[in-house]
Amino acid sequence: MKFRSVVAMVVALVASSMMSTAALAETFTFTAIPDADESRLNARFGKVADYLSEQLGVDVKYIPVKSYPAAITAFRNDQVQLAWFGGLSGVQARELVEGSEAIAQGYEDQFFKTYIIAHSSTGIEAADALQDSVKGKTFTFGSKGSTSGRLMPEFFIREHFEAAPDEIFSRVGFSGDHSRTIAQVQSGVFDLGAVNYSVWDTELKEGKIDTDKVKVIWTTPTYPDYQWTIRGDVDARYGEGFKQKVTDALLNMKDEDLLASFPRASFVPASNDDYAPIEATGKAIGLLD
Amino acid sequence: MRDTHSTGAGLRTLSLWFALVAIIALFFADIFLYQPDPWIELSRIGTGMVTPYWPDISELAISALHTISFALLGVAVSACLGVLLAMWFHWRAVRVFSAVIRSVHEIFWGLLFMQVFGLSALTGLLAIIIPFSGIFAKVFADIFHQQPATAVNTMGQADRLSRFIYGWIPQAWPALSSYVRYRFECALRSSAILGFIGLPTLGFHLETAFRQGDYSEAAAVFWVFLLIIGTVRFWLYKRFLPFYVLAAIFLLPEMPPVNASFIWQFFTQDLWPVPLQQGDLSGTLSWYGRVVSDEVIPALIQTIAITQAALVLSGVLALMWYPFASRWLVGRFSLIGRFKLLVLRSVPELMLAYLFMLLFGPSALPAIFALALHNGGLIAFLLANHSEDAADTQRIDSASGVVRYFYQDLPQRYPAFLALLFYRWEVIMRESAIMGVLGIATLGFFIDSAFEEIRFDKAFFLILVAAMLNVVVDSVSRRVRRAAGLTTPRM
Repeated sequence: MKFRSVVAMVVALVASSMMSTAALAETFTFTAIPDADESRLNARFGKVADYLSEQLGVDVKYIPVKSYPAAITAFRNDQVQLAWFGGLSGVQARELVEGSEAIAQGYEDQFFKTYIIAHSSTGIEAADALQDSVKGKTFTFGSKGSTSGRLMPEFFIREHFEAAPDEIFSRVGFSGDHSRTIAQVQSGVFDLGAVNYSVWDTELKEGKIDTDKVKVIWTTPTYPDYQWTIRGDVDARYGEGFKQKVTDALLNMKDEDLLASFPRASFVPASNDDYAPIEATGKAIGLLD
Repeated sequence: MRDTHSTGAGLRTLSLWFALVAIIALFFADIFLYQPDPWIELSRIGTGMVTPYWPDISELAISALHTISFALLGVAVSACLGVLLAMWFHWRAVRVFSAVIRSVHEIFWGLLFMQVFGLSALTGLLAIIIPFSGIFAKVFADIFHQQPATAVNTMGQADRLSRFIYGWIPQAWPALSSYVRYRFECALRSSAILGFIGLPTLGFHLETAFRQGDYSEAAAVFWVFLLIIGTVRFWLYKRFLPFYVLAAIFLLPEMPPVNASFIWQFFTQDLWPVPLQQGDLSGTLSWYGRVVSDEVIPALIQTIAITQAALVLSGVLALMWYPFASRWLVGRFSLIGRFKLLVLRSVPELMLAYLFMLLFGPSALPAIFALALHNGGLIAFLLANHSEDAADTQRIDSASGVVRYFYQDLPQRYPAFLALLFYRWEVIMRESAIMGVLGIATLGFFIDSAFEEIRFDKAFFLILVAAMLNVVVDSVSRRVRRAAGLTTPRM
């Protein structure tokens, strides 16, 4: 019996993979990881897929992924043709897929920033620059591959102190998520943390943050962040002018319900060159070769 | 030696040696006690646990079915492969092969296959089938080894295959099938945990909800998972197995297209450092040298230190807990003890580690506690089963309670306890590697970073190092078990 079930399984796997290959040949697939609130991705981004499908006249499908590396892999392996990347993951993805292009970014992503937050027990107050009193404290970044939770704050910290984070702080952690960075600094697990400003502002508004326990002590200069990146071969596969159609559909997305999934006020044009500072920073701190 | 020392004294000496090593390990582990202020977060978690909530039941049901499908198919295939490997286990090559494939954690197999097959059913199945085949091979070989050879000896000149099909396998069937059943529970956990890297099982939602602090939603997923694990024996009937397997195939998530050129590129280019591909020998050596000195050596020290400390603490906890889950020792209160052990062995270690991190701050301490609680809970559960199965030693004049525990049950269980603990040794080692996400520089920390930086060459090399470490621990554990005269315990 067991042997037969193995055979059945292999047959089913091969058959299903062939069927889905055929079905996906004309389907345009995208992925997106929002910077906050990853709940019910399928339901929320399913609506974005419906909108794009309507605008583009092809089947559009959304697949949820867990992390930036997973999104980059899917993009590279052509399992998705369009992706909503962070600044750094976009640069990494475009390096791996020749001809791919940043076509639109969020309005907010033109001047993104990171907050450095501190637990009240540190006694550190807000200031225009990072203070020497942060030295020797414990510090957590967000996810290792995050632009706002890792790359840019690490860059500004290195620039200011002329030293690597693990030489400045007594311990450096990676919480894996902006919400968790806030939770960990609020509960004093880490003294300090680096958090995406928009996640902080949202949680503050929702009353999830106790400002007696945790507050912003420094705001980084601005930098470009999230963007839509599309593969270079889409015109050849979905018809001439397809890339432009996708770009227009994104720029014309006005429905607040759809935009709230990202969450962004609107999308504005972007190009690969907009992310040159991110690439330079990634190289400077050794995250990119 | 044997003339002057009883077996008990030998086992005692062995236990004390391990305890001593664990104490020394604590000095090497990255341990620091912080004093966080965790009560807001802990009360949110507590409230969440008792107010589970999930807005879309069908979504949760589909992930639950995916979790079961991956586990069922994974075990069905790997048990067959395990038998095949066990038949040729007297060949060193087969033993080494099995040790290597089971030495890589499911999550790392998953991450590797994801680069090639994407977030597909194939990735999930392979991530379970490969390590599980290696584990089955080892345990099945042990089980065959312990069978009396009387029946098989009557088969004369029969070939190896016939000897197994008509001799060893039928004879060992009860032990084999009971182990497969136990392994199914492990597969459910593995399947759920593969959701952490993006496969559509319960872990996907559990990890997201927990990470983002939606504790009511995390609790809903967790209770569903606990219900599945806790009720396996009420729905997994052998006679329905063919039906279940067919249903599981049908329920697998659909496969995204796989591009063969990427598979080729992955295995021929991505996994190897650039200087090696260019045939630059000195460049290659300096590349590997840098990874070894900067990452491998410090990571090995942390990984080993955490493992040894967690191993001994698991043992202590198991001995403390198992009597409370055995009805011969605590009567009907054993139900409470059993529930506690069910929870402890079902909560993914990463979540336990996060809870301890809130209490004790970020260091190796939360990792040690989390590993010890999880593995201690699992060993205690198996010991409690042994204790209850020992009903035939129950006589009218048998002692009960504390007296029975110290003078009858504990001495009887102790050899099985040590054997189980040594079996878990390599498992704890594998799991300590993934504790790197806490920011403790174990091997897993660097492997995770390498994947995050899209440096598959480094990730692959570090995974190989982790695998070699496991192979070493496995062989030390086998030698210790043999030297101490411990046989394979029933699971």
